[in-house]
Order: sequence, then structure tokens, then C-alpha cells
Amino acid sequence: MGEAAHRYDETMPLEYRTQESRLNILGFWIFLGAEVALFATLFATYLVLFQRTGSGPTAGELFEVKDVLIETLLLLTSSFTCGLAIFEMRRGRMSGLIAWLLVTLLLGAGFITFELREFIHYVHEGATMQTSAFLSSFFVLVGTHGAHVSLGIAWMILIIIQLLQRGLTAKTARKVFIVSLYWHFLDVVWIFIFTLVYLLGMVI
Amino acid sequence: MKWSEFFVTGEPLIYAADVAIVLTMIGIVFVLTYFKKWKWLWDEWLTTVDHKKIGVMYIICAVLMLFRGGVDALLMRAQLTAPNMKFLDAQHYNEIFTTHGTIMILFMAMPFIIGLMNIVVPLQIGARDVAFPYLNALSFWLFFFGALLFNISFVIGGSPDAGWTAYFPLAGNEFSHGVGNNYYAVALQISGIGTLMTGINFLVTILKMRAPGMTLMRMPMFTWTILITCVLIIFAFPVLTVALALMTFDRVFGTQFFTMANGGMSMLWANLFWIWGHPEVYIVILPSFGIFSEVVSTFAQKRLFGYKAMVGSIVGIAFLSFIVWVHHFFTMGAGPAVNSAFSITTMAIAIPTGVKVFNWLFTIRKGKIRFTTAMLWSLAFIPNFVIGGVTGVMLAMAAADYQYHNSYFLIAHFHYVLIAGTVFACFAGLHYWYPKMFGHILNERLGKWTFWLFMIGFNVCFFPMYFLGLMGMTRRMYTYSDGLGWTPLNVVATVGAVLMGIGFIVLCYNIYYSARYGERDMTGDPWNGRTLEWATASPPVHYNFPVTPVVEDIDAYWVMKKKYGGFHVKEEDLKPIHMPSNSGRPFWMSVAFFVAGFGLVFKWFALAIAGALFIVLGLILRSFEDDDGYYIPVDEIKRMERAARKGA
Ligand code: HEM
Ligand SMILES: [Cu+2]
Repeated sequence: MGEAAHRYDETMPLEYRTQESRLNILGFWIFLGAEVALFATLFATYLVLFQRTGSGPTAGELFEVKDVLIETLLLLTSSFTCGLAIFEMRRGRMSGLIAWLLVTLLLGAGFITFELREFIHYVHEGATMQTSAFLSSFFVLVGTHGAHVSLGIAWMILIIIQLLQRGLTAKTARKVFIVSLYWHFLDVVWIFIFTLVYLLGMVI
Repeated sequence: MKWSEFFVTGEPLIYAADVAIVLTMIGIVFVLTYFKKWKWLWDEWLTTVDHKKIGVMYIICAVLMLFRGGVDALLMRAQLTAPNMKFLDAQHYNEIFTTHGTIMILFMAMPFIIGLMNIVVPLQIGARDVAFPYLNALSFWLFFFGALLFNISFVIGGSPDAGWTAYFPLAGNEFSHGVGNNYYAVALQISGIGTLMTGINFLVTILKMRAPGMTLMRMPMFTWTILITCVLIIFAFPVLTVALALMTFDRVFGTQFFTMANGGMSMLWANLFWIWGHPEVYIVILPSFGIFSEVVSTFAQKRLFGYKAMVGSIVGIAFLSFIVWVHHFFTMGAGPAVNSAFSITTMAIAIPTGVKVFNWLFTIRKGKIRFTTAMLWSLAFIPNFVIGGVTGVMLAMAAADYQYHNSYFLIAHFHYVLIAGTVFACFAGLHYWYPKMFGHILNERLGKWTFWLFMIGFNVCFFPMYFLGLMGMTRRMYTYSDGLGWTPLNVVATVGAVLMGIGFIVLCYNIYYSARYGERDMTGDPWNGRTLEWATASPPVHYNFPVTPVVEDIDAYWVMKKKYGGFHVKEEDLKPIHMPSNSGRPFWMSVAFFVAGFGLVFKWFALAIAGALFIVLGLILRSFEDDDGYYIPVDEIKRMERAARKGA
């Protein structure tokens, strides 16, 4: 580290001001690169296996369109509200920031609720992750995304608490910014899930 | 699971190991208590975030694992020396080649390389630490406890036995009932997460923390190879993460990814494994290339020939390494079009590799060569590695590979690249940077003994295997019958293995001998080095550089010496130095990973969840932590600089 770690640059947005923050943000971008590789592998696995349904149901027989559409709507909106939160942060407005973060959080929780409902529904139909290779890969791919979103919710809660405790500082601003990157990334992954899993599954 | 199955029983060797383990543990506890060293251990090592200490710990573990993997190897060679040997039975042999391969690649080669890069890279770029020191400690401890989990399998529960490639369906529940392959899946997962974080950490470090003036094209070659290796890690390791997770799901939760019924596809595992696996072999060879580049240029006393071509070829190799994986299963039956494509990409790797070989040769040409131990390893690397590479190209011809595949020819190939490449590099790097790590030089005479014993032993051991392969001996066979004509070459190979073992013992003795009687390095620059790590004291003070050096060209320190007679620090330029605080959390969080992993291996889910809760707790505490490190005042720096440079 060294003095460099505390070089303070007034001209930058709050979250970029300390050298430490810049390192963290770059590191997180690279981490997202690794996450891309991770999800790409899960997608590849799914695409290889999704027609190998064994004695279980096929994608077309199984998927619930309504739940999936609601989930999509909730998550896409949450990405938008998360953007609004950053917008408020850049304007230095704590109350707006926290309000939009809370909205984001609630939308995310709504998404998880519907996803869980969807999963429970499938399990009641006898489609568990042990049934066939298709279902194993389906549950693991979509479930990994869901686990990421849940983690994001928990993380956002921690950050909101810190915002309330410590106010908007270079450090808390950086944390908000990073969690927002994470959130948008999960949104992008969902768009791929929506197309490659649900749309494809209902077409083929 | 019954308790009688919990501990592995029935083998005298295992009982001996049990006794040895218990005695060693009692011994360690006794020594630490007797000499009142617990606090020292905790304060100086277990909680450290200093990249140099973390690097040293990596290397200690790697040498221990080299011992363990080496014992596995000698056991296998003993069994194969003569036909129809009864020394090891089939099951035991399977377990030993599995742990040998896994340990050597993931718990020996990887930590050795990562240890060296931890010690050297921040010094080479003129930085005070890595970008994320806390994360670095976590990476190490995750590796450590992953390795520990893997290693206890042979006395608790049973070792994995499906090969280091763990191909399905063999590694699935259908054919592997015990917990062995659970250990494989979980232990590799834990240490793999650590490796991924190391990749991110060092990429950011190299991109963002170079000393002023050190443009990318002025970086030392070792740093360049680490930069590219990090990129490989970042894109390859997530594939392993997923593959192992799916394996765990299949084995522990009964999913159908790689099974033989309900649509499972076992070849998917082979593909995922090698999409990670091939880049992985380059993850351990590229840094080795970097080490050789440093050593060759230092001891030929010349600037590295063809710097730009070197960088280009590293990038080229890294790119190609992602598009060749199918060459590991040409015999799968993918068809001529696919096989030809992968055949060509594989052969193409030989081109940038050849470029590098010529660059080393031209660096040596007309140099004033000093034949130090490190240089001997580097010089031996060139011809031996070329043998490995040329036979690799032979294997790359898909049609011919139907003959070579999974024979001893293949065994010889990858040992010629992995040993003559990576292991020679680790030894070269160890001798070269040893004074930087410990402040004294490894004895050169003993070093040369190690070199000749090991290098000759290596060739005596593995060269015959090419011919054994051509004679039809397949890999992973635990015995063979008389009259096949394989016996003489097998005897020769065992002799070679023993020579390598003796070489290793001499190395260990050298470490002890040099610690007691070795020549102290007072200058910080015992080899007349060219790069910035030699501008620091040996060993460096924990903040590395009292003031950040300014870089004017490639071989920054060489230029400083020529222009200014060295790296001079004026006391009035000193400013307080900011350093990160130590933390015990990486250690105990990794213990939690270990506990959770152990629970997962045995399907004791309560234990697994308990471990997981502690991991979560660690993450929460980290998030709320408000520790910005501390400053070392100028007076303190002055005092430490004088102490470090005493006698210089
Ligand atoms: C010119 C460069 C190289 C070429 C053309 C090449 C080619 C190949 C081919 C075609 C195979 C598969 C053969 C078979 O299974 O029948 C193979 C296996 C292997 N190679 Fe290489 N290789 C090269 C360099 C390396 C390097 C640098 C390393 C490691 C440092 C390496 C490590 C391995 C390993 C570990 C295996 C086999 C693993 C197993 O099946 O357990 N190779 N190589
Ligand atoms: Cu390969």
C-alpha cells in the first residue's frame, strides 16, 4: 500500500477518491469477469443437458410462464431503482439513496419469493434436481443466480446499516457503488436465463 | 457411516502413518509450548498480511507436499520395479496415483509458484504490499486448509482413487462408494477459491501498484508472466469451481449431471475438467518461464534478448491454452473435424514456445555466464523441456494419439514438461531468491549436488518411459506380467526415481545446513541482480522500500547501479509509511471452511452448516470492520533502515 493508498483525489466522484477505493473497484470488476466465466460454464452445462430429460418432464411441459414473467419484471425494475440510488448518491443525497436502496431490496426479495414459489411448484410436480440431468442443470443454474441475489440482498442490508451509522463517506460510497455493480451484473445474468432457459425451453 | 469405517484400517503402512502423525503433532505442540512460541506463531505468522511471510508459508507447504507426493511416487515405482509385485494391491495403487497427481499439481506446483510470486512480485514492481493484503492472507489459509483436508483423507475415511482427472462415471457414486472422491471435490474447491482470489489480487497489484516510471513494457519478465497467469486463473478457475460443485452435487445430493442414467453425461465432466485443466498446466508453466528469464539474464549478465517477443509469446500461449483442451480425449470419438481442429491449435502452441526457447538461447549467447545452481537448473531446463514439447507435438497428432494415449509415452511427456519446466523452475527460483527470503544463501556446493542427482535421476527415470509407452505399457496399471519385456526399463526408471529422492534429501539438508552455516547476505544484492527486488535489504524490512523507487528502463535496478551506483535513500525524503494491520480472521474463517468441508465430505450436514455460519459471521465482521491500517513514523523507519543495512 503506502502513502499511495491514501492519495485523495477531489476531482473524482466520491466512491473513486481514495486509491484504496480505486483498487477495490477495479478488483471487483475483475471478480465480475470471473463470475462471467462461472455463469458461462453453468449455461454451457445447461445447454448441453437441457434436452436430456431422462424419465422426467421436458422444459416445455414444466415451466410456469406467469411466475417467470413476474420475476423478470421485479428484477429488471430493481436494477433501475438501483441505478436511481447511485444517481442520488452522486448528488450527495442520503435520504434518496437509502430510500432507493430499500426499494431495490424489496424488489429483490419479491423476486426471490416468486422464484422459491416456482421451485416449490416444480418439486410438487415431482420435478426435483435428482430427477434428470435437465433438471439438475436447471436447478443449479437458476439456483446459483438466486443464491447470488439473496447474497446481494443481505449485503445491501449490511451497507444500509453502515450508511446509517457512518454517513456518506468515501468508503461507504465505494461500498454502495460496488454492490450496485453486483446487482446490475445479476440482472444481466437473469436476462440470459430468461432467454436461454425459459424462452428456449418453451419454444423447443 | 460406522466408526470402524471412519479411520482407515488394515494396512501396516497406514498404522505407521497414524503413529507418525500423532507423534509429530505432539512434538510440535511440545516444542511450541516449551519454547513459549505460541504467541510468536500467532502474531508473526498466523495473522500476518505481509506478502513476504505469506510467500514463505506457501513455499514451506509446497516443500512438505513435494515430500508427500514424492513418497507416493516412490511407492508406485517400488511396486512397478518388477513384474507381479505384491507390494501394493490394486486399490491402494489407485489411491496413490490419484493423490500423487492431485497433490503434485495443486498442492505442490501451485503453492510453490504462488509463494514465489508473493515474495517477488511486489518487490519487483517497487510496491509495499499487494493490493489486498487481507485477501491475500485468506487465499493462503484457504489453500492451506484445502490441502490439509485433502491430506487427512488417507487416514480418515479413505483417499480418492479415480485419478487426478477424476473421470466419471468412475468417480461417481455408481463406482466410488466411499468418501474419497468427496474429499477430492471439496478440498480442491476450498483451495481453488483461494487461488482465484490470488489471481484477482495480483492482477490488480500489477496493473495499479507499479512504481513510477515502470510502464508495462518495462516490467521484469517474471512479473509479466504472473500478470498473464492471473488472467488465466481468472478465466480458468471458475470452470473448475463449477465442475467441482457439480461433482459435489452428484455425489452428495444425488443429482444427475455425470451419471449413467436419467440423461447424465460423463463426457461433460471430461470437457469441463480439461477446459480448466489445460490452462492450469500453463498456469504453472508461464511463471516458470518467467523465473528462467530472470535467472538466465542475471547470470548471463545481459539484458533479456527479445523482450517484446517474449511478451508477445506469453500472450499467444495464454490465448491458445484455452482452445486446445480436446487433445486430452481425442479418443472420445468426436470425429475427424473436431479432432483436426484441436490438433492444429495444439501444435500451434509449439510456435510461441519455440520463440521463447530461442530468446533464452540468444540471451545466453556471448554472455559472461556464471554457473550458479540457479543457472544450472535454468540451463538444464532448455533441452529437457524441448524433449517434453516435441513429444507433446507428437501427441497432438490426433491419429497418432490413438496409439500414444494413456500410455507411458504420455506419462513421460507431461513429466518432461512439468518437472523439467515447473519443478526445475521452482528449484531455480528457490536458490535464486532464497537470500531475499531468509537473508542467507543456500550452499552452492550442496545445491549442485542436488542439481546433478535430481537432473540425472529425472532423465534416468522418465526417458525410459517413452519406450515403455511405445512397447504398450499403459498408465495407471498396478502390475504387469513377466515376459512382456518391460522389466529392464522399469528397473532403470526406479533407479532414477531413487536418485531424485536422494537429490531431494540433499536439498532438505542444504536448507538446514545453510540456516546454520550459510553465508549471510549483507548487501541485499548477492547475484549482482537487475530488478528491483535486489534494491532492498535481505530479507527486506516489512514495508519493502523506505521510499518508492523511480524506474527509468527495463532492468530498473541495473540502470540505477550504472547511473547512480545503487538505490540511495536520503533520510530527509522519508515520509510516514502506511501499512495494513494484521488479522486473525483469515485464519479462523479458513478453519470454518475446513469444518464445513469436512461435514460435506461425510454428509454430516449439521457440521457443514455450523461451519458455513462461521464463514458468514467472518464476512459480516469484515464488512463492519473500520480498520484503515497504521502509519510507521519516520523515526521508526530510520531506525529500521539502519538496522537492516548494518554491515552493508
Ligand atoms: C508444445 C507444447 C505441448 C503440447 C503440444 C502438448 C500436448 C499434449 C497432448 C496432446 C496431451 C494429451 C495426450 C493424451 O492424453 O494422449 C498432453 C497431455 C498432458 N500435457 Fe501436454 N503439451 C504441451 C505442453 C505441456 C506443458 C507445458 C505442460 C505442463 C507444464 C503439459 C502438461 C500435460 C499434462 C499434465 C498432460 C496429461 C494429463 C493427464 O492425462 O493426466 N503439457 N499434452
Ligand atoms: Cu493439454
